[in-house]
Amino acid sequence: MPAEAKFEARGLTRSYGHGKRRLDAVKNVSFTIFDKDIVSVVGQSGCGKTVLAKLLLRLETPTSGSLTFKGKPIASDPDLRRHFRSVQAVFQDPFSAFNQFFTIKSQLKSCFKLFERQPSPAEIEARVDAALRAVNIEPKEIDGKYPFELSGGQMQRMLLARIFILRPEVLIADEPTSMVDACSRANILDYLMKLKRELEMTIVFITHDIGLACYVSDSIFIMHQGEIVEQGPPDRVTRAPSSLVTRQLLEDIPDIHKEWLPRSR
Amino acid sequence: MTRPIFEVDNLRAHYLTRFGQKVQAVDGVSFSLKPGEILGIAGESGCGKTTLVSACMGLYIPPLQLSGGEVRIEGKSIIGMDIETNRRDILGKKIAMIPQGALNSLNPTRRVKDLASDMIRSHGEAADKKALYARLRERFEKLGLPADQVLNAYPVELPAGMKQRVVIGISTLLDPRVVIADEPTSALDVSTQKAVIKLLFELMDQGIIGSMLFITHELPLLRHVANRIAVMYAGEFVELGTTEQVIFDPRQPYTRALMGSMLSAEPRHRGQKPVAIEGAPPNLAHPIFGCRFAERCPTAQPSCSTNRQTLRIVAERQVRCEYAS
Amino acid sequence: MCWSAFSIRAFGQLGRRAIDMKLLKQLLRSPFFVLGAGLFLLTLSFGLLGPLFMNLDVNTRVGLAYMPPSASHWLGTDHMGVDMISMLVAGLRSSLYVGFLAGTVATSVGTLIGLYGGYKGGLIDDVLTVGTNLFLVIPSLIVLILLSASVENGRSLTLIALIIGCTTWTWSARAVRAQAVSLRNRDHVALARINGFGTLGIVFFHIMPYLLSYIFMVFILQMAAGILSEASLSMLGLGPYDSVSLGKILNEAKTNEALTDGAWWAFAPAMVLITTIVFSLYVINTSLEGVFNPRLRK
Repeated sequence: MPAEAKFEARGLTRSYGHGKRRLDAVKNVSFTIFDKDIVSVVGQSGCGKTVLAKLLLRLETPTSGSLTFKGKPIASDPDLRRHFRSVQAVFQDPFSAFNQFFTIKSQLKSCFKLFERQPSPAEIEARVDAALRAVNIEPKEIDGKYPFELSGGQMQRMLLARIFILRPEVLIADEPTSMVDACSRANILDYLMKLKRELEMTIVFITHDIGLACYVSDSIFIMHQGEIVEQGPPDRVTRAPSSLVTRQLLEDIPDIHKEWLPRSR
Repeated sequence: MTRPIFEVDNLRAHYLTRFGQKVQAVDGVSFSLKPGEILGIAGESGCGKTTLVSACMGLYIPPLQLSGGEVRIEGKSIIGMDIETNRRDILGKKIAMIPQGALNSLNPTRRVKDLASDMIRSHGEAADKKALYARLRERFEKLGLPADQVLNAYPVELPAGMKQRVVIGISTLLDPRVVIADEPTSALDVSTQKAVIKLLFELMDQGIIGSMLFITHELPLLRHVANRIAVMYAGEFVELGTTEQVIFDPRQPYTRALMGSMLSAEPRHRGQKPVAIEGAPPNLAHPIFGCRFAERCPTAQPSCSTNRQTLRIVAERQVRCEYAS
Repeated sequence: MCWSAFSIRAFGQLGRRAIDMKLLKQLLRSPFFVLGAGLFLLTLSFGLLGPLFMNLDVNTRVGLAYMPPSASHWLGTDHMGVDMISMLVAGLRSSLYVGFLAGTVATSVGTLIGLYGGYKGGLIDDVLTVGTNLFLVIPSLIVLILLSASVENGRSLTLIALIIGCTTWTWSARAVRAQAVSLRNRDHVALARINGFGTLGIVFFHIMPYLLSYIFMVFILQMAAGILSEASLSMLGLGPYDSVSLGKILNEAKTNEALTDGAWWAFAPAMVLITTIVFSLYVINTSLEGVFNPRLRK
């Protein structure tokens, strides 16, 4: 049975400004993201990967081209909340991702806004507690605490706890490990893999770290200046890149196992 | 055996927080640099590497204070030197710094040639405008920059890669013996990063830079840049050895964890599960007993939390762990 | 249901955070703040507490016109023979009232428009900006003249305050809009959006709290501007019909040639009071900027 396509883009473009000053953040990209796949969008800063993520989240609207979600054009449903129930995100910097004026628990509870039928306060409390335990945080630890009172690692897990509460079909992870120290990076990856297994999620990783992309993905998209210059399974993309950009990228990334910059002495 | 050009001996520096707590950010760091050598300092945010940079340069701007130790450049101690002498004779001249986020360190309201001239004049080297310009021109050409265009431009007019070269150019105008590069490439994309490192190598080869202290959290970069690597954790060096030793045969548990957490794009090295360690580095405002990594160490023994760890020679390099084999 | 429960609890949390003792202590350490707040409180107490301690009466003639300061009347009398101090206190109270009301109206209207346009962007922002610019061009003077001509009971303090408020909000709108624009792309706003917050929720819970200190500073400046506007209007003879205000005192001094008569007590104290209040408000604003904007703190 052929795999279902979660997202499908044809000639998708998002530009800002007009005429000579027009900036094409995402330029004419086409791709298919299949159900339950892990796809990584790899590129340097400014390549358009963040804008692409926002397009998938419906936080930005396409300027031209088509983008479908589960077969239907993404903008066809006027109810944004239904889309957010299916597509969610975790962000890079957990401290800027949360409002610093409200307790973290109240912010976790506020994601119940997305549900049509509001559960009772007791049920909300129970589900939030269960999600916290799923990321190894004892609910009492964060009771009444504001974001600035928690550590970076705890805050990162709050972002993940949200996902355990919402149980979306698709998760867009925007540089989830770049602000985490190297030793804890694998923990985040573990939680994300746990989420994927339990919820059968499709994950879209946005990252600049091709090593990370190769480790977790079924498919990699290489982005450069708004375009997807290469896409395919990690093995093929790293062993036999077809695009010059990819080749340059692989050459320029320092890797301990590879020659990088020959020195004259 | 050549004499070291830069020596740091049991350097300790602390700062006082707003609440009056004493944070010992650098707690007994020792190393030396030989001419032509690049020492890499690998550490993650919070390990004290940025404080180490200021301490090594003698830049004790409150709330940062020196607790103790010695720093010598070409045999001359800079500890206890007053700020004026330091600024005139040492900073920029003997020891130069390429700061983190260097792209924003150029004054946007002045042209590049003026910024460069200021640098030279502030070190007491007066020269007439023409001679100065010629000297700048020669140096910038050497750096592979279109000298006339760049010198007369304002920093905002230059693209990022060129700006980074300009920053390096200005920092090294006086042929410093030691250059301290604090995460010089973390904000750059990989291709620009490669070009900048190449430039630094060229400067070393041409003798414009004597030795370099290269600080970064990216270990793969150090693999290709440094001759020796020191791994820093919670204000101390936990391992110090040659690049081959530290990268391919780490002995200290934290170094091992760092190495294990690297994800390679190289096809044959993929599929290796990265190391996962819970927790975070200790808060240096509180006194720490025993090994600072003990809380998170996968091979910790009961005595690790009580025994103060010192650097020992294991497998021909320095390791801070009594259980390292 | 969830929405209202969340919002009630949310504002409670906001309240607790706002009354942060550390902030107060920091403010007290700033010499500007102490100066400004001190002057303002002094003036305020003169206006509010004055009537409790002094025998003030603006309706009784206590002497001849323009009697110089004496033991019984410290600042002499005005052109009607009324005790000057009584006039000043009454005038001060009116001016403060107008300043406060005008400031509140201007800040509220301007903030709402600025927040909404700044966050939404696009067409709505363009329309609101055009509207703001239109209002910028309308002088409150003309509106006041036109309105006063049509209002039967003449101009009351409240009416003047409302008109000043409704014509000077453009400054706050632009200031707040600029701030809102810089906040709308923040991560926490994106998170709120994918949590299902609508425009109203985001503007009130995720943008406004970050601007509270800024809005407060805007209010202080609008209040100062309101006091000055009222003084200017009164100087032009468009002051309140049946109340005393500082501007009106100045106007009457001008009309009755107090200057040429050498009756400095008829206008100088009023000028000093206006200047003091406005100056103290500006100084408070500067000190707040120093505390709220960490980049200025060095």
